[in-house]
Parts: sequence; structure tokens; C-alpha cells
Amino acid sequence: MHDLEVGEHLYRFPGGLKLRHYKQIACRDPLARPDMPEALYLPLQQHQGPVGEVLVAQGDRVLKGQPLSHARNDREVPVHAPTSGTIAAIKSWPVSWPPDSEAECLVLQPDGADAWFETKALDDWRNADPADLVEHIRAAGLAGLGGAMFPTAAKLRGDWQQVHTLILNGSECEPYISCDEMLMRERPGAIIEGGLILARALGAERVVIAIEDQMGAVDKSLTRALAEHDPDDVCRIVEVTTIYPEGGEKQLIQVLTGSEVPHDGLPQDLGLACLNVGTAAAARDAVIEGKPLIERIVTVSGPGVQHPRNLVALLGTPVGDLLVAAGGLAGDVERLVLGGPMSGLPLASNRIPIAKGSNCILVLRRQDTRREQPVMPCINCGECVRVCPASLLPQELHKYLKAGNYDEADSLDLFDCIECGCCAHVCPSHIPLVDWYRHGKGVLRERGVEDARARKARQRFEAREKRIKEEKEQRRRKREQRERKLKSGGDARSEVQAAIERARAGSASPDEDGDR
Amino acid sequence: MKLTLAGAPHLPPISTVSGIMKQVLYALIPAIAAHVWFFGPGILFQIALAVAFALALEAVMLKLRERPLKPFLSDYSAVVTAVLFALCMPPLAPWWIALTGMLFAIVVAKQLYGGLGHNLFNPAMVGFAVVIVAFPLDLSQWLAPRQLSPGLPGLWQTAQAIFTGSLPGALSWDTLSQATPLDALKTGVAENRLVTEIRDAPIFGDFGGLGWEWIANFYALGGLWLVWRRVISWHVPVALLTTVVVITVPMWLMGPDINPSPLQHIFSGALVMAAFFIATDPVSGCSTMKGRLIFGVGVAILTLAIRRFGGYPDGVAFAVLLMNMAAPLIDRLTRPRTYGH
Repeated sequence: MHDLEVGEHLYRFPGGLKLRHYKQIACRDPLARPDMPEALYLPLQQHQGPVGEVLVAQGDRVLKGQPLSHARNDREVPVHAPTSGTIAAIKSWPVSWPPDSEAECLVLQPDGADAWFETKALDDWRNADPADLVEHIRAAGLAGLGGAMFPTAAKLRGDWQQVHTLILNGSECEPYISCDEMLMRERPGAIIEGGLILARALGAERVVIAIEDQMGAVDKSLTRALAEHDPDDVCRIVEVTTIYPEGGEKQLIQVLTGSEVPHDGLPQDLGLACLNVGTAAAARDAVIEGKPLIERIVTVSGPGVQHPRNLVALLGTPVGDLLVAAGGLAGDVERLVLGGPMSGLPLASNRIPIAKGSNCILVLRRQDTRREQPVMPCINCGECVRVCPASLLPQELHKYLKAGNYDEADSLDLFDCIECGCCAHVCPSHIPLVDWYRHGKGVLRERGVEDARARKARQRFEAREKRIKEEKEQRRRKREQRERKLKSGGDARSEVQAAIERARAGSASPDEDGDR
Repeated sequence: MKLTLAGAPHLPPISTVSGIMKQVLYALIPAIAAHVWFFGPGILFQIALAVAFALALEAVMLKLRERPLKPFLSDYSAVVTAVLFALCMPPLAPWWIALTGMLFAIVVAKQLYGGLGHNLFNPAMVGFAVVIVAFPLDLSQWLAPRQLSPGLPGLWQTAQAIFTGSLPGALSWDTLSQATPLDALKTGVAENRLVTEIRDAPIFGDFGGLGWEWIANFYALGGLWLVWRRVISWHVPVALLTTVVVITVPMWLMGPDINPSPLQHIFSGALVMAAFFIATDPVSGCSTMKGRLIFGVGVAILTLAIRRFGGYPDGVAFAVLLMNMAAPLIDRLTRPRTYGH
């Protein structure tokens, strides 16, 4: 199945960029907690997938760690109360995605007691049934902490062959983001225990922890923790070269194994599962301590903030509170970004709360984002082709999208674009390429939905036509039959007589109909 | 706090169109300096004229096409076209040649096709192809290099020659001009003379033409700097020059008397300039890495074919134009395999 162990030999992925990574500025101070916010705003949807049923109502008192919504399956992820307090409201509140939008949020007013709900730890996880582990992780509300917020339970079990290796992704390749680096320095043991738990849940034999070659202190702290927590030598630490976007799931798998995730498949098809190191630590807390996912490390960094640092924030904390905890703004701040500078989401307001996938708040000033020239026509320089990690032809995609030729863009594999932003970053014409691709994907998806809808409507219409035609045909046949009978000597009286006889026979043996 | 909602990436791109064009111009400076040293100040007049005509024509066309003037006049793309064109001109070519060349380069090849980024053909080479067909005599009047010249014309004489179209009193073409090495080779071979014999003429240097080989060296120097700066990729120059060597070495080994050596080929005419500055034009070239290799190979083969069989001593311009036509198809056929497919 696999000749070399994952990570035994490192491969290269095409394209990518060496970026200045500005991570250390947020790692100088130790982890800290911001003051308890006046209110926490908990979006019901903090994951990819449908929202579960809400379990509380306005005015309810809740305890720390109490589930606030219910998940019916692996694709739904419950939300828990990050502290004890009162549900002040359930209302629309600004959220990060889609940009400049609002979504249903639970507003939790902390009471300051921080009193815990019952915690359910799993005794002896080393011998626990994998299904119990997955159940525990699911109930703890885990969704990918790397940013994509994919429901963790749905990654651990599904319709695929045996997963042999679990990859823990600690190579957050975007500039400024250092929450994973900080976690690996501060809680290496939790990551390793979490990795072993997730591996057991998956049935994987090996765990590979991928870190960047520029994270000096991390390697040492993880190695030390390995000695303590990994007696069976299941885990292996692999340093990968820092080239953006090597921390992307597909690229990391390519670097570690040399194989590519099929465009219509999953890493699990290669016998691999890839999870963020933060998710591993959260899995450990869920299983060993019985704590659900209610907080995470968030990097608050960028030239527009006074004291860049990493903070342990309760989910639901408004971004504004984190900015205050990082010393406030510095200079003419123009942009708040959730995530990194290459692929992060712009935030419309500092009221937006931290969610499970919020790894970084990047604060940029006007001069940081200023461009020296307007958008110019593409000069076909091919830089975008050189840096595209998916081996797409970004300039051709742009050409077709601009011309409204969405089908051609689709045939050039638009949907395989991972939106890493490399192409736009090197474009001398300053074309907002990623915006074009998002737009193109949106149009194609909508059209796909539309096509499906049209197909359904056509099917329904055709079925109805067929039914009407058949009914007509039946009626015609009956009429013809009747006419034939009338013509062939049988008169009306004999018809009536026959009907009466039939009725008699029917009442004599009522069971004959069979509908009683 | 007023926040901007703009899509990622959030930091500005690392290069600009004008930045790329300016670096191309910087990379040409050594070759221009060598040109001035060997052939006098004529080339500077040619450059000044072509740039002035190019910018003026670009401005008029932008106005007519109702496009903003400032971003497109300050992108330096017209300047690069003009300088590359001028570098193909004999130093004393009269001013209307630059005007004609720029009319076809900027107005026809560039603006009528849609302006920056939309031209199918390399504008400088379109301009050159038109003037070499329209003014064959003027374009054959090359000065002899410094070492062979009775005295290169000075600034004033050069200006007079260019602006009046005829040589000032004391000078005559008979003493000033000299066949270019490629010309000499072509006519010599046609007369059934041996290459070794032809090469005894004083216009030949160690490798290519006297003077020309140094200019070629400086083109290569500037070109390598552009490769190092990642303004151009290595694919086209490497493919082009390698192909020239691969084709000419066996021919030269088999018949050194009738076939010029690979070095002779590379160091005469516009081959090195084309390898680094003309065939690397992004707009009219290929954008896939494989495509660029094919493009370079194609330019080399066509250039050699025209030099050997064609009516013109150097075929680089026509070779590039022919490959420009093939570029979109090559790009289509060399699409890389997408991740996971």
C-alpha cells in the first residue's frame, strides 16, 4: 500500500512562495487571557455543515461547558457555553462568513462564577473502543481548528478504506499566524496525547507531526514531550520547508508522501487523515479531561496593533476585546483580517466573535495595503503559472472568467483552485485573481444548483404529462370497451342486471376485495 | 473605525508592470553602452526618436480608444518596444524609419489589437519587419565598427545624417559602411567561397562579428541579470541557445567550410538579444514552462533556417513573429496536469 513511511522522504510541491513570515512578533510574550467580555456571541454554525437543534431559550442559566445545541449526526457540531451565565438573547449578529453578514447567535452574559457543568472524561482511553472516542469528540463539539472548521468526527469515521497514518498539521505557513507554534511550545504533551487519541479513533498506526523548519523551539519541546507521552514510538516529528502554502492539506500530503489527493476524493482514499495540531490538543482535552471545545489560541498581530501576541480566547469573544487585550490599535487601521494576509477573510466589524476556526486576527494599516498602480491588463508574464501550487493556469482562468466563459474556466479545473492567493500576490498587473475565481465558482455552483433544479422540474413536468396521457388513454380504453359492449348486443338492462349480481356476490364474500 | 472589505490576499502584490519594464530597460544599458563604443552615438538618437514617436502615438491611440493616459503611458511598455526596435536599427537610419516602425509597432500591432497585454505579435518585431521590407537600402547601411572605421561620425554629423536623410558633406557611405558579418557570410557562401576564407575578412572577430560579439556579450549579461531577478524565466533563452548549438555543431563538424561555427551563429546578428529580450516578451509568447521551451526551440530553428535558406541575412524577427502565431496553440497543448487529476 505504501512503500515509504509518511514523511520519511520529503517531496516538493510545484509553485508556492517564500514569504517573510513575521511570526516571531506575536511569540515574544507568553500566552495570556483577555478580560472576561461583557457578553459572548456564539454563532450556532461554527463548522461546515448543517446547524443542530438549539437546546436553550432566552433567560436560561447555563454552566460552563454545557451543550447549547444538539448534533444529530457527524456533520452537525454542538456549541457549548464557554463560561457560566445567562442566555440574554438569541439574535442575528455580525459574523465573519459570508463577509459583511449576520447569523443566528446565542448571546451569553457571563455571571463571573465560571462554574463548570458536569465533565465526562473517558477513563483509560488507551484501551477505549474507537467508536466511543469518536462519540466523545463529537459531543465535545470539535471542528477543525486550522481554519476550515470541518467537523472532526466526520473526518474520523466514514466510508473509506483503512487509514494508516494520521498527519498532525503544525505548519501554519501563512505570515503572522503563530497560534499553532505557540500551542506546540506551551502544550506539546497535549498535542501528542491528542494525536494518539485521534490515531486510535481512526485505527491509524502512525502519527506524523509536521512542523516548519523555521520553528526553532517547537522541535525541542515536541521531542521532549514525545519521550514522556509516546512510549510505543508511534509519533514522528517531520520538519518541512517553509514555503507557502505547504500547510495546506493537499500540499502537505504531497510534501510528506509524494502523492496527490484525487480531485474527486479525500486524503482518506490515500490512507491518510490530516488534522490540525490544535484539534489534537482539543481532542485530548475532550477525552482525558472531558472538556468540550470552548476556547482556543488566537494570534492578534500585524502592524496595526500595539502589542502583537497570542491570546487564549473563549469562543464568542468579540474581536474588539482581543484588540484591547493586545494593547489596542496602532496607526491608521484600515483592515481587520480573520486568518492570514494571503487567504484571510476581511472583517466588516470588530463586533464579530471568535469561532472555532478563528486562528488569527490580523490588523493592517492603510499604508500596508496600498497599491502602487491601478489594475492593469494581464501581460501574460506567467508568474502566476509558476507559483500556482495546484498547477493551474491562473491567467487563462482569468481570461475566460472575464469573458463570462464559465464553462471553459470549469474545464480548466477552476474548482481545483485552493484560493491560496499566490497568483494574485505575484501579479504585476495587480489583478484580483482570487476574487475572480471565487466569483466564477459562485456562478458555476449557482448554475449547478439551477441546472439541478431545472432537471427536477423537467422530470416532474414530464412525469405529470405522462400521467395525464396515461389517464386519458385509460379513459379512452374504458369508453371504447363500454361502446364495444353496448354495440355487441348486450343492452342496458343486462348491464344493470350484471351490476346487481356483482354487488350481491361482493356482499356475500366481503373479504374478496382484500381491503378490509 | 472604517474597515475595508477587500478579498485576499491583503498585502499588495510584489511587482508592478512598470517595475518589470524598467528592469528590462536597465538590463539593456550595458549593451547600449557597448553599441555606442563600437558604432558611435547614432544608436542614442535612434532610441530617443523611437521612444518619442512611441509615446506620442501611444497617447494619441489611448485618447482615440478613450482609455486613461496616465497608467498606460507610465507603464514603460511602449518605451521597451521603442528601445528594442531602435537597437535593431543602423545607427544613421533616417528619422522616418523610426516613425514608420513605431506606427506599425504601437498603432497597428499593439493598440489596434487592444493595447497592453492584447497584442498577438511582438510590437518591436512587427515594426522591424515592416521597415526592413519597406526600406531595405537604408537598413543595410551599417557602420563599420570603431576598429575598422576611418573615424566614426560625431554627434553633429550623426544628427545631420538622421534628420536630413543624407550624409553630411565630408562623409561617404563607401568609407563609413561595411557589410555586417551575417551579410558577408550569406553573400560569400552564395559565391561558393569557403567559410574559413570569408572569415578572414577584418569584420569578423574571435567568435562572431567584430564589435558585435561584445555587444552580444553585454546583452547576455543584462539578460542573465533579468533571469536572476526573475523578470524573465530561463526557459526561452536556454531552449533557444541550446537549440542553436545542437543544430549547428554537427553541421559545422561535418562541413566547417560551408557551415559557420555555432559561436559564429550565436555571436552575430540579433540572436543573443532575441534570446533574452525579444523571444521572452511575455505578451506574445508562451506562458507555460513547457510552452516556453518549445517557443525557444522554434525561434532557434526558424532563425537558422532563414539565415541558411531565406532572403534576409538574419531571420530572428521573422522567426519570433512566426512563433508568436503558434504561441496560443503551444500554450493550449502544454497545459500542465492539475493537482489530483
